[in-house]
Amino acid sequence: MSELPAEVAGWIGKKRYTEESEFDVERGYILTACSSVENANPLYWDEKTARDVTGGWIAPASMISVWCRPHLFSPGREGEGLALKVHFDLKQKLGLPEAIMSDDELVFHQPVRPGDRVRSYQVLRAVSEIKTTKLGKGRFWTIEVVYENQKGELLVEEKITGFGYKREMAK
Amino acid sequence: MSVAAKLTLDRVAAGQKLPELAYDVTATTVVLGALATRDWRPMHHDKDFAQKRNGVRDIFLNTPNLAHWFERYITDWTGPRARPGRMKFFMRGSVFAGDQMVFRGEVKKVETDASGCGWATLDVNVSVDGNVMTACTARMAIPTSPDDNPWRRKGDAWKP
Repeated sequence: MSELPAEVAGWIGKKRYTEESEFDVERGYILTACSSVENANPLYWDEKTARDVTGGWIAPASMISVWCRPHLFSPGREGEGLALKVHFDLKQKLGLPEAIMSDDELVFHQPVRPGDRVRSYQVLRAVSEIKTTKLGKGRFWTIEVVYENQKGELLVEEKITGFGYKREMAK
Repeated sequence: MSVAAKLTLDRVAAGQKLPELAYDVTATTVVLGALATRDWRPMHHDKDFAQKRNGVRDIFLNTPNLAHWFERYITDWTGPRARPGRMKFFMRGSVFAGDQMVFRGEVKKVETDASGCGWATLDVNVSVDGNVMTACTARMAIPTSPDDNPWRRKGDAWKP
């Protein structure tokens, strides 16, 4: 059994990567997303319904991660923009080049509205002992992401479980 | 949407099945879904990368877009006045371009919390050729009467 590196152990329970989205929540993306899944819910297409039911336009709840994903290119930034940086830190520090997500839980609080600027931070909650699965040998980890709006109101709590592994070690 | 728009908790019961939704997934479905969720990773738009790097047969739906498919499937049934409280996904396999995916769902539990908010817990899944690729448990707030609106709930009155 290999011990968890002290640096990684030190991340557990710590708030990291507090970030603000690169642009305001906007209807263009909301409609593109609804179109991609043929979502005809009138909350997103009919202004009267949106006004009567939700007090104005909102975004589909499951779109939350969309607002915090970086552009592929951004002037002045070196390298590729990555969402869920704690996940990529773990892959690198633990020497586990492959990873999959096994489960994802979203708890919805206040709805996201056009004009909102979404802020998020990530907390590593747990890293498992080394496990062997059909994919390879590696570790499971759980990362919590908390999303808030510009007023500090809680929007969504997300808990993601991933498995980082080395393919060639599966024998 | 006219019937679903009037869905109230008294019309929901454990064991009730949601109507199935079958959808033929194309490369356009996958690429549009990836771009709509701002997911630029190549396995969702580059078949050559998906085959050579990931060792899979084609590009496949990304998780955030699949989450939106689940939300759409559920709210097709509930109508706009129902409010998502919680969704948990268990990923088992991928949905590829060329697959026909089928969504199915069932009501597992119906309850009203201490604040009077009505809730339905649903088990939903998407399958390909009869094999479940992702399972989802969703907790939806459902109006308890035609005048109730879960979207108005805040603070202690909203416990998802």
